[in-house]
Amino acid sequence: MKKVKILGSGCATCNQLVDAVKAVIAAEGINASVEKVEDIQQIMAYNVISTPALVVDERVLCKGRVPSREEIKEMLMAKPQGCCGSHGTKSSGGGSGCCC
Amino acid sequence: MTQGFRQHLPRVFGQQNVQWFFSVVVGALLWMLLYNNLEGFASLSLQFAGIARANRFGEALYFFLYEVPKVLLLLTAVVFLMGVVHTFISAERTRALLSGRRTGVGNVMAATLGIVTPFCSCSAVPLFIGFLQAGVPLGVTFSFLISAPMINEVALALLFGMFGWKVALLYTVMGLAVAIIAGMVIGKLQMERFLEEWVQKLQERVVSAEVEGESMSLPLRIREGLHHVRDIVGKVWLYIVVGVGLGAGIHGYVPENFMASLMGKSVWWSVPVAVLIGVPMYSNAAGILPVVQALLGKGAALGTVMAFMMSVIALSAPEMIILRKVLKPRLIALFAGVVALGIMLVGFVFNLVL
Repeated sequence: MKKVKILGSGCATCNQLVDAVKAVIAAEGINASVEKVEDIQQIMAYNVISTPALVVDERVLCKGRVPSREEIKEMLMAKPQGCCGSHGTKSSGGGSGCCC
Repeated sequence: MTQGFRQHLPRVFGQQNVQWFFSVVVGALLWMLLYNNLEGFASLSLQFAGIARANRFGEALYFFLYEVPKVLLLLTAVVFLMGVVHTFISAERTRALLSGRRTGVGNVMAATLGIVTPFCSCSAVPLFIGFLQAGVPLGVTFSFLISAPMINEVALALLFGMFGWKVALLYTVMGLAVAIIAGMVIGKLQMERFLEEWVQKLQERVVSAEVEGESMSLPLRIREGLHHVRDIVGKVWLYIVVGVGLGAGIHGYVPENFMASLMGKSVWWSVPVAVLIGVPMYSNAAGILPVVQALLGKGAALGTVMAFMMSVIALSAPEMIILRKVLKPRLIALFAGVVALGIMLVGFVFNLVL
């Protein structure tokens, strides 16, 4: 299961990102937990200075903007590391947008 | 051979890039066509409605029909360009540029970068702490925090649309001056003790200011520009319509020189009063400007109007409340005081010179 965190102080843009992420997870049936982090000290621990930020499995993937649904989908589906070598089976259908 | 070349071309430039590039060119041409025919559109609409421009109502209506599309078109263009520029300059990159800069050079750079760096007052707190952690001096950070909201694309587009490029440029230069000088004053006063304790503690944990290069494709940058248009124009268009509507009413019905006795050059106290009235106002800047423009036409002084506008945008109650989380009351008071003083000076100088 993926751990998704959204960092933001609770402004309108941050809520937009939360809604978008939840919509993508629901639409794609991704197994993920979504947590909203509003505590400023926790946000600073990720060295993020422009909110909202999207954190997947403790990696900051995007900050300071609300990415499009497709981008969010890519970010949520991408395997953490080395996806090219180990998961060749899916490549026939044109790929899911994971790296390379 | 030719076929190979044909296949090769889109690969070099990217098929999508070419498509996006052409859509932008078409969009720009359409924009220019509309922008150059605003007067014709306004008088045509009046003719269709069977209203003559000669009477007061007709004049006010013409003003409205000409001014609303003009301001909205300008706003769209400026906001789009700024949205694209934002994809090149992130807050992280600005921080890296400002890290370790001395007072003076640092303040000038911070205020200038504040114009083009994406900034949302809701991320003012993480930005503030992040700057300090990466070794950006307090005064330099303040220069950025003053300039970023004050010299924004909405204000510039509205000023440009309603007062012309000279006033927009003057506003930018004066705004920069206020941000640079206020930041230098705060820096010289060694106010670090007036940060909240938890911020001082966080500040000890030094963070590197390095940025990992996030490269974006051209279509993505253009799409960010369009997103920015949707966000910003979607938020302020109603204010502009209502504001210009009010302005049109004033334009048609209030007698000439009505405002001269209240906001004219000879009334020295109008500048501080305008600044004080402007502080509690915030998001209504877009709607207030058109009214202010109409007042200007009725004898209000430009410096007074400018001071009012800067104060509405740069000193806002919501931002103070956000900053209160990291600053002790004394530093907040100093910040507001120094900026207000700077804005009043700008107002007085304008009224004297122009």
